[in-house]
Amino acid sequence: MNKNLERLYNGLWKENPTFVLMLGMCPTLAVTTSAINGIGMGLSTTVVLVLSNMMISALRNLIPDRVRMPAFIVVVASFVTIVQFLMQGFLPALYTSLGIYIPLIVVNCIILGRAESYASKNPVIPSMFDGIGMGLGFTVGLTLIGIVREILGNGSIFDITITPLNNFHITLFGLAPGAFIVLGFLVAIMNVIRRKMEKAGKPLPKAQGCLAGDCTGCTLSSACTGKSYVHQEDGKEER
Amino acid sequence: MSYVTGLILLLVASAIVNNVVLSQFLGLCPFLGVSKRVETAAGMGGAVIFVITIASFVTSIIYKFILAPTGFEYMQTIVFILVIAALVQFVEMFLKKSVPSLYQSLGVYLPLITTNCAVLGTAINNVTNNYDILESVINGFGVAVGFTIAIVIMAGIREKIEYNDIPQTFKGSAIVLITAGLMAMAFLGFSGVI
Repeated sequence: MNKNLERLYNGLWKENPTFVLMLGMCPTLAVTTSAINGIGMGLSTTVVLVLSNMMISALRNLIPDRVRMPAFIVVVASFVTIVQFLMQGFLPALYTSLGIYIPLIVVNCIILGRAESYASKNPVIPSMFDGIGMGLGFTVGLTLIGIVREILGNGSIFDITITPLNNFHITLFGLAPGAFIVLGFLVAIMNVIRRKMEKAGKPLPKAQGCLAGDCTGCTLSSACTGKSYVHQEDGKEER
Repeated sequence: MSYVTGLILLLVASAIVNNVVLSQFLGLCPFLGVSKRVETAAGMGGAVIFVITIASFVTSIIYKFILAPTGFEYMQTIVFILVIAALVQFVEMFLKKSVPSLYQSLGVYLPLITTNCAVLGTAINNVTNNYDILESVINGFGVAVGFTIAIVIMAGIREKIEYNDIPQTFKGSAIVLITAGLMAMAFLGFSGVI
């Protein structure tokens, strides 16, 4: 398969950041109260991810290895600021409903994770497709979770009320507890799929990030001195 | 309402009513990662209180005296994240040199906090809500206390969960998330307090 197409497939399906890698859980929980919010957050993250992947990949031979983390953070933060102002100007309603989670894209582990593990080692064009794939994968994940929560919590999809469903809606799923519970069930479903795939001899890529209790997805993993401590504690119990 | 009453209400609101983890979803990583034992959870909580309070103070000073007068408000995200990252490093070095006993108990957690979205989120919230410097510090302290309450309760529950008979599928983070959901439901009860 063409390398660029392979990157798209990788992000959308094989290493889907939401379902398989389980990265970026803060925004996943926070903004998926409705499908529209999920799409908005996903697409703004995609824009930042694509631009920052391209920029970091273009600068990869100029950035000294020792200061790469601060350099990446500055690049990502600049693009986040640009996207933030564009949204404020052109999509004020979405900007208000996403609120503080827009500037917090800076600390989304998907973005710095891709910068560290892919863009800083590969040429610009594949990095761009990697960003598109990962970003769209994240968008799809957020939208699906948003659809589930919107149906359960509000009886509607994309703000269109569905007549029999809206009589049975459970408001809780639109609120904070619903986010945790939906994500808990998602993780459980992924556990089942993971086990099935492993039996079939096609194991899924390992989950990263905080849900896995694993530091590989974390932005500052390479510089962090605390991770040995977390891992040491991790080893004591079965996952 | 006097200024002091306002501050007390702000403290209660940011610690309990709008709990940073259970209703704002900030700082989930340490909440899920370092909540296996009450002792470590309390240590993490202490470190977070320390860092968020100082970071709120420093970022609001920088915003008020550097960014706002020069018209560089739009640089806040970049400036804040760099300031927080540097600040955590400085706090770590300072504690190591001057207060070794505190460093012993908090040191290992400090690097984990640098990219914690709760720190950046609180700094940005302080600016968005137009808090003055004292209000920012109180808000930061309240947020961090709320985080500590949540993570310590969670660690207590997880210590018990370890001995429970959980379906294989829900072992690990699934049951932790559902527990967090139930805790969030309990915290929803505070929403009428203020």
